[in-house]
Amino acid sequence: MLFRLAWRNIWRNKRRTAITAASILFAVFFASFMEAFQKGAWDHLISSVVNYYYGYVQVHQKGYWDEQTIDKAFPLVDSLKQLQEKAPKVQQVLPRIESFALASTGEHTSGVMVVGIDPQVEDAMTKLRSRISDGNYLKVDEEAALVAEGVAENLGLGVGDTIVLISQGYHGVNAAGKYPIKGMVNFGSPELNKQMVYLPLPVAQYFYGANGLVTSLALQIDDQDDIKPTLRALNSQLDTAAYEVMDWKDLLPDLVEAKTLDSAGNIIVYVILYLIIAFGIFGTILMMSKEREYEFGVLISIGMHRWQLGLTVWLEVIMLGLLGAVLGIVAALPVVWHFHLNPIRFSGDYAEAMEKFGFEAIFPTLFEAHIFLTQALLVFILTAILALYPIFKIRKLKPVEAMRA
Amino acid sequence: MKVITTKGVVKIYNPDKIPVKALDGVDLEIKEGEFTAIVGPSGSGKTTLLNVIGGLDRPDEGDVEVGGHDIDAMSDNKLIDFRKEHIGFVFQAYNLIPVLTARENVEFVMLLQNRPKKERRERAEELLRAVGLEDKMDKRPSELSGGQQQRVAVARALAPKPDFILADEPTANLDSKSTANLLDIMARLNEEEKITFIFSTHDQRVIDRARRVVTLVDGKVATDEVRG
Ligand SMILES: Nc1ncnc2c1ncn2[C@@H]1O[C@H](COP(=O)(O)OP(=O)(O)OP(=O)(O)O)[C@@H](O)[C@H]1O
Ligand SMILES: [Mg+2]
Repeated sequence: MLFRLAWRNIWRNKRRTAITAASILFAVFFASFMEAFQKGAWDHLISSVVNYYYGYVQVHQKGYWDEQTIDKAFPLVDSLKQLQEKAPKVQQVLPRIESFALASTGEHTSGVMVVGIDPQVEDAMTKLRSRISDGNYLKVDEEAALVAEGVAENLGLGVGDTIVLISQGYHGVNAAGKYPIKGMVNFGSPELNKQMVYLPLPVAQYFYGANGLVTSLALQIDDQDDIKPTLRALNSQLDTAAYEVMDWKDLLPDLVEAKTLDSAGNIIVYVILYLIIAFGIFGTILMMSKEREYEFGVLISIGMHRWQLGLTVWLEVIMLGLLGAVLGIVAALPVVWHFHLNPIRFSGDYAEAMEKFGFEAIFPTLFEAHIFLTQALLVFILTAILALYPIFKIRKLKPVEAMRA
Repeated sequence: MKVITTKGVVKIYNPDKIPVKALDGVDLEIKEGEFTAIVGPSGSGKTTLLNVIGGLDRPDEGDVEVGGHDIDAMSDNKLIDFRKEHIGFVFQAYNLIPVLTARENVEFVMLLQNRPKKERRERAEELLRAVGLEDKMDKRPSELSGGQQQRVAVARALAPKPDFILADEPTANLDSKSTANLLDIMARLNEEEKITFIFSTHDQRVIDRARRVVTLVDGKVATDEVRG
């Protein structure tokens, strides 16, 4: 009955109910959209950055990441090639051997990073093939090099020319080789553009005097949610005394920091949003309590206990909050879904800068149930707390005074 | 049988600032079956007296006994239950819960008493018939006239079978026809069902219908007249 009374009271002042429900709806809608957009943008950015080169997870010999030297290369045994068997969420294993070398043409010398790759799987994750600006992509074990445009420019080389590489190989052996340039790749990042040289994996291993060895395995994982299970699976199945398994957060701490900073900035926006909403809801609750004082007085006079009355009014506000929250979700779902499928596309300088780095300037929203539920729950809890005000008011209400007005 | 006894009741408002002695030593006895009007000029203490008798307000001095219970000694919560079981209230206006129908309003107190649904229903219908509203049971207060609303309020006040009904200016907002109609119903309930009514009023036509008239002046009982 209290429930029925509360329910009918909601429809008593339709205008006020509409305003309250609408403000709750708006809060849930706006907060959900904001979070979906912000999280989605970050997810997209992270996945772009990560899949650009690093991968969400990498496996190295223990200690490699702290001290990146070719001496910490390790044998690419079959069990490592087939990491998918241990961690089924891994799409591809990208074996790499990386170290630094001097590239020269006789006249010019330049420091470069020489990376041995498996061309096929490398392309699957990093889309390296799509960066070819001249010439052709590498085959599995041909004696040829893929050179970043900046490197070629520094050295005055083009496709068909020969690049000479000199380095210190595995455990100090002399490394030297010359390779025809088969293709040219363009990286938006100037950093990579002036130092990347790719060789097929066996060729690079031979160059470094490290046959059968690699320095890292980059793992392609499609869904960020699969990172944690993969880490868990690998850490439990690999010999952690010999190998280190790192996720993108370990590999790219700067990116994590940028994301944290951005989220911290957004908290202020959320707080302001919630404050506005809270004042709006509280205003209507206050008005309602004031308007109904006489009625509360009558009800207590005829024998309704304060807790019964308080509970009724609380239920009333709670139902209103629930209604607003549900409507808010219903309103936000299609909008967020729309911008998930049709990401917001930025244009202008910012977009150009991003595209130069090879990133699309698009911001798909993240479409995940927990976003809507969290925001709806937050707004609902906020309403439930504000709804305590009438209870407090009713506890102190003196019927005689309430009815004198 | 005495239903109400007050002895030396004093009620002072604003004791800190300019004190107002709303009641200044009221001794009164009300017996079962009375049909009593409390009259007096505005500010003479009628409402205050009814509130004190009804356990809505506590006196500063004196004793109030209702149905043999010392209501001063009761806690606030106990007093709420006591009112629910023993006293029916009719206020000047806005007695009813706007979102409930006439029938639901009458059932409401019985609901607070956890009476079974069937009993609630039957009693509500019986009472609404008694106040002549059998065809308005499912109407909400906003669909009823002021007089009809007051009749529903009387029916609601009667629902828990209280010891007596307190009505503070029940006809103040009614036209003369509705006033006469409400008084007819109250008088009939008093005669046929032996319901005790204590009501305050300014209205001479209402005073004329009372069988006992207690006149307050400045918080004191000035005259107390019982008619044949
Ligand atoms: N809550 C209160 N605070 C201060 N003074 C009050 C309060 N309630 C009543 N009074 C004062 O007590 C006196 C008696 O008031 P009461 O309402 O009992 O009179 P009344 O006879 O019912 O008057 P009316 O015919 O206008 O209804 C008045 O002077 C009134 O101003
Ligand atoms: Mg009065």
